Amino acid sequence: MNCLVRLAQVDAQLGNPSSNLEAHLAEIERAVGDGVDLIVFPELSLTGYFLKDQTAEVAVAADAELLAPLRERSRAISIVAGFVELGRDGRVYNAVGFFEDGRLLHVHRKVHLVTYGMFEESRDLAAGEEFVTVESKHGRFGLLTCEDAWHVDGAYLYFLDGADALLIGSAGPGRGVTGACGELESNRVWRTLQEALALFFRTWVLYCNRVGWEDGILFAGASRVVDPSGGEAGPTLGFDPGYLDQRLDGAELERARIKTPLRRDERPWILARALHQRLGLQPPEEE
Amino acid sequence: MSGLDIDSVLVTDLLVRFLRAEAGKFGFSRGVLGLSGGVDSAVSCALAARAFGPENVLAILMPYRTSAADSLTDAAEVARVTGVRSKTVDISAMVDGYLDQEGVEERMRRGNVMARARMVVLYDHSAVEGSLVIGTSNKTELLLGYSTQWGDSASALNPLGDLYKHQVYQLARHLELPAAVVAKAPSADLFAGQSDEEELGFSYAEADRILVELVDRRCREQELVAAGFDPELVRRLVDRIVLNQYKRLPPIIAKLGERTINQDFRYLRSWRH
Repeated sequence: MNCLVRLAQVDAQLGNPSSNLEAHLAEIERAVGDGVDLIVFPELSLTGYFLKDQTAEVAVAADAELLAPLRERSRAISIVAGFVELGRDGRVYNAVGFFEDGRLLHVHRKVHLVTYGMFEESRDLAAGEEFVTVESKHGRFGLLTCEDAWHVDGAYLYFLDGADALLIGSAGPGRGVTGACGELESNRVWRTLQEALALFFRTWVLYCNRVGWEDGILFAGASRVVDPSGGEAGPTLGFDPGYLDQRLDGAELERARIKTPLRRDERPWILARALHQRLGLQPPEEE
Repeated sequence: MSGLDIDSVLVTDLLVRFLRAEAGKFGFSRGVLGLSGGVDSAVSCALAARAFGPENVLAILMPYRTSAADSLTDAAEVARVTGVRSKTVDISAMVDGYLDQEGVEERMRRGNVMARARMVVLYDHSAVEGSLVIGTSNKTELLLGYSTQWGDSASALNPLGDLYKHQVYQLARHLELPAAVVAKAPSADLFAGQSDEEELGFSYAEADRILVELVDRRCREQELVAAGFDPELVRRLVDRIVLNQYKRLPPIIAKLGERTINQDFRYLRSWRH
């Protein structure tokens, strides 16, 4: 892989997809002009986050007209954007679309919905059931939507697939202001998590969070890229809208994986056997 | 109070952004607020001045004839140092018009009428100014219900509602507000010599230490007692929080139809914004 990725840290209007789409298209045009290969928008970037009763109102099928401009522009640039998907089964999902070469290449439905504290996703959304690595012309990407990154299963499965990068789209609210920390506690723990994922799975970790406010809740930005050795690949964005460009170089990834060959030494059947045992299923064949 | 101490630089940045963004979303770029001479309204005023620019903030001083003299001078000093526009509206005539007509003697009733008269003045000016009323109620007083419903607790945007009193003081020092305002004993100043802490029967410092454990850290009463907090005070604070929940929520609507406001008609204020 060798591609230029742009994380677009944008705001969104709550439940106003057409207006948000226009903003996306403006960012996309700029990125095309800058020679970017892949532009990533945050979780629910086309709809906003605390949708409540708007969830069903803004849900669209994956082949909806609303997404047509993104499909069309993906001939020039690959695009990752968040929307509410109305599934064929009538269920509604927190979805991420990966658009490439004029089509919707892949949809990731958020698996780990967050329903505690200020969050109530399970009230309005159905949960996705799988993590499928996206085979893009620019590389192999594992999509995680916010809370998906807090459970190890998705990142681990992508690791087994040998994904080149984890793309984490988020609508992460900022909180925690005590102590002379200089940053929100929520952003501090996110940083730790991103670095841990990079270290566990020797992969690029690209974190694209939203900014802006919905009824007093701040989406706390801090989008950034962590390199496959767990280090800072570049700057971290603040609370303002903006973007971050990162070249993902396959050679660097390869060097990190040669130096620390965690994937080579991983024996997933140990986990598989233990899971089968604990879940009372038939054990898999011995390797 | 290490567990309560905030990063004042970060919080100031967030609250300035909050005011600007939440007002801006609905086409507002101006604020109006009541300035009492106390620390809460001083902090709100300084934040609003930073968010909107001092020229876009109107601070209204609303003395009643029994208000302490230093309330007015301290409020004027806050307006001066923050650079906001200010105006004095004496509420004595409008308040007395009602109090005399009804023969109201009881302190609490008189105080509530004053607080609500000030709300009327602020909302009227917000309409004239094309601005939003900026709130001045902190988290300690909201939890304890130590405010007048539809009075001083009324606002469109409240930058202080998630800050305990201790944290408001921290911000006041960071924002370099007048020492007299930060140093004086907190008072609603609804009658001569009133003191919040005497009336409540405990200090804000004591209350904040317990409230942060109960609310933010979800500790149970018995855990706090075991940790050495005064059992009677813990109980009183819990009772006040529970008793005053009504002040923190919109009115109760009887559900009759299929879709009832705030029950199963669920939209944020940010709806389509």
